[in-house]
Amino acid sequence: MEPIIEFKNFSFKYRAQQEPTLYDINLKIYPGEKILIAGPSGSGKSTLAHCINALIPCSFRGDVKGTLRVCGQEPAKAGVFGMSKKVGTVLQDTDGQFIGMTVAEDLAFALENDAVPQNEMYERVNKVAELVSMSSFLTHAPGELSGGQKQRVSLGGVLVDDVDILLFDEPLANLDPATGKRTIALIDEILKKEKLMVLIVEHRLEDVLYKDVDRIIVVNEGRIIADERPDDLLCKDVLEQQGIREPLYITAIKHAIRGSDKKLQPKDAPQHIESMRVEPYREDVLRWFTQVELPNRRNENQPILEVKNLSFAYSPDAPRVLSDINFTIRRGEMLSIVGKNGAGKSTLSSLICGFYRPAKGQILLNGKDISPLSVKERGEQIGLVMQSPNQMISKPMIMEEVGLGLAVRGVPAKEIEERVHETLKICGLYPFRNWPVNALSFGQKKRVSIASILVMNPQVLILDEPTAGQDYRHYTEIMEFLKKLNEEMGLTIIMITHDMHLMLEYTDRAIVLADGHLITDDTPAKVLTNEEAADRAYLKKTSLYDLAIKCGIEKPDELVDRFIAYERTLRRAKQQEDTAGTGKAGGRKGENR
Amino acid sequence: MTKLLSYQEKDTWIHRLCGVTKLLFFLLWCITSALTYDTRILAAMIAISLALFAMSKTEWKQVAGVFKMVLIFMVLNVVAIFLLSPYQGCEIYGSHTVLFQWFAGHDVTAEELFYLLNVVMKYFTIAPSIFIFMVTTDPSEFAASLSRVGVPYMASYSVAIALRYIPDVQGDFRRIRNAQEARGIEMSGKAKLKDRITRTASIIFPLLFSSMEHISVVSNAMELRGFGKKKTRTWYAQRKLQAGDYIVLALSVVFTVIALVITFHDGSRFYNPFAG
Repeated sequence: MEPIIEFKNFSFKYRAQQEPTLYDINLKIYPGEKILIAGPSGSGKSTLAHCINALIPCSFRGDVKGTLRVCGQEPAKAGVFGMSKKVGTVLQDTDGQFIGMTVAEDLAFALENDAVPQNEMYERVNKVAELVSMSSFLTHAPGELSGGQKQRVSLGGVLVDDVDILLFDEPLANLDPATGKRTIALIDEILKKEKLMVLIVEHRLEDVLYKDVDRIIVVNEGRIIADERPDDLLCKDVLEQQGIREPLYITAIKHAIRGSDKKLQPKDAPQHIESMRVEPYREDVLRWFTQVELPNRRNENQPILEVKNLSFAYSPDAPRVLSDINFTIRRGEMLSIVGKNGAGKSTLSSLICGFYRPAKGQILLNGKDISPLSVKERGEQIGLVMQSPNQMISKPMIMEEVGLGLAVRGVPAKEIEERVHETLKICGLYPFRNWPVNALSFGQKKRVSIASILVMNPQVLILDEPTAGQDYRHYTEIMEFLKKLNEEMGLTIIMITHDMHLMLEYTDRAIVLADGHLITDDTPAKVLTNEEAADRAYLKKTSLYDLAIKCGIEKPDELVDRFIAYERTLRRAKQQEDTAGTGKAGGRKGENR
Repeated sequence: MTKLLSYQEKDTWIHRLCGVTKLLFFLLWCITSALTYDTRILAAMIAISLALFAMSKTEWKQVAGVFKMVLIFMVLNVVAIFLLSPYQGCEIYGSHTVLFQWFAGHDVTAEELFYLLNVVMKYFTIAPSIFIFMVTTDPSEFAASLSRVGVPYMASYSVAIALRYIPDVQGDFRRIRNAQEARGIEMSGKAKLKDRITRTASIIFPLLFSSMEHISVVSNAMELRGFGKKKTRTWYAQRKLQAGDYIVLALSVVFTVIALVITFHDGSRFYNPFAG
């Protein structure tokens, strides 16, 4: 069979860069295959995908060496338009790529541009709307749709042309876990109905593997590191070495058999936990799991933030966005607020920060009602960090940006400088203090935006999706930093997230919202092994739960807890090694009360 | 939440008209209103405007904010004319009827007041028709209309896409303003005007940067789906002209012709009650 995509000795260098982003790629992909491309940020995986739809080199310029043929054409010659007839690209930003005013218009967009007559357009839009199950939403505006529905529209928008290749660029990045799972199922469904080749670029490996893929291609530093069937790849250590998160049940089994002469075998079908043969590893898992010590993490400190009977609606006669929320957060806790998009998570943080006024109920900080305090006064005690640093940074220089909150409060310049320096040291940004913000990487900008809040010495820090759209390495970097703030400065940290790994690994408690109600308030391990709560909140129960059941462990959440504890000790050990290697520790204790 | 001056789907005969019909009506209406100073015609136009406004079932709160802006602008305009050219009316109508003396050397004349009345009436003929046009026209259908009357589709689509992303930008703006306020950059009435202006920068820049991020995604997404590939394009939202459209167009032309004939039949575009 002829390959549908063929890279031959292909290299690419962006015009603005010194070094090539892709080196000497040789890759063949055949019609009907479903391929997952995985790799950390900056590995070249998106670059590889953009070569196929011709955004490279047509929109992002640079030097190409070697050849690439897609559907018998050379993308560089066919151009973005030419390739769009063959390759349908679904981007990760479901809002950005929703171009039409309504679902129908967005589905029709490619046809409009192709000057297809109106009657034919109606017909084809109806057909594709049925394919992605959006027929009853044709007149809806993007604002009225959920994230998953927008994803369906984006998919329909490219399927409306008879493409041969579907290219997904991090399709799961902005979706809650359950919706992500459904998206993967939808892709599979469409594959059954249409003859297509599917290429998924994603680092959330476990979520993609929910349905079969034919091959996983691991990319790092511009080269193909591995190109194997999932069952084979998961048995090796390639993923871990490349900084890609393995499915959790795989990691757990690997921990369990480490030190013994056993190896994970492809014949046991490790691709899905549901169909995997766990039997050969059962004894090891049981033994390993009883050996891990479970730390006692009960927090008995004084309450710092109490929410009592809190309800909210945009107007008195509108439906309630939040009803009767009650919880208490103790000083020094690090917890997550989870739930699907639209469950009321952001509304809750807006109420705490004072952007909205509650319809009913109270919020207490250190036992005192904060309703008389203005947004600004609350901001001195409760800091809010937004999802994207670009939404916060307003000054060109780092020093100015971090000091802004103090400057507008009339703090003397001398003191501002001292406090900014101290905060920059805590955040590991001190060496860059005289740099313009623009010269920083995304992760560093994120730290600048956290620093600009920390400088005001807040008692509580609220972060909205602190790790959205970041790969495992940057994710770990930011989360370890927050953990350090939590442990060393005793800062209380609340994170709004739909990242289940984050919640499991870094928080001791999860508050779960669904449709404006608080449905569970428990340890993450319990939440993610509670099928009912997970379903209602659009969470996804962790695969460790399935592993526990399959191994016959009575309390599945204990396996989860012990797994997390074990991983934490491993990470600590590795960090100490790293810091010992580089010579000095970066942190110092802050002197806030 | 009602968005100011944005399209709202309702079922009235005005909503059912094509965007191109409403656009042509609106243009003719504006031309007539700009040309004529015939008070009787202006009065008739105000009456028609208000009737149409009622028939379009436009709610007051959809337009209240913008209407207040128009009023402020109108008052400024009228005051400026009154102060800077107090005898404009006298020149136009060729007489000088002093009502009283405001202060030395500055007569308040009946002619000037009558002239200002006409200016005010012009505002009231055009304002309701703008509102009706904005709130009853589906932006994508409007873009389709624009391209039909000969505007290049790149330009007409940019109108539609701007309208599509306005709610997103508004949402961003709100979130950024809130976060900056929490950092202590106060934008409420409590802060001094000077501070408010300088601090606006702390919202504008993040808004600009996050919008830039957004724009590059949108333009790539559009290109990937073939926008700009061909010289022409078709429109999903385009409607065919119906009988109602032809009737409205015919009536608009007839009205314009009659209005202009009445206005200009005596050789001057001003209706002169002082000539008798």
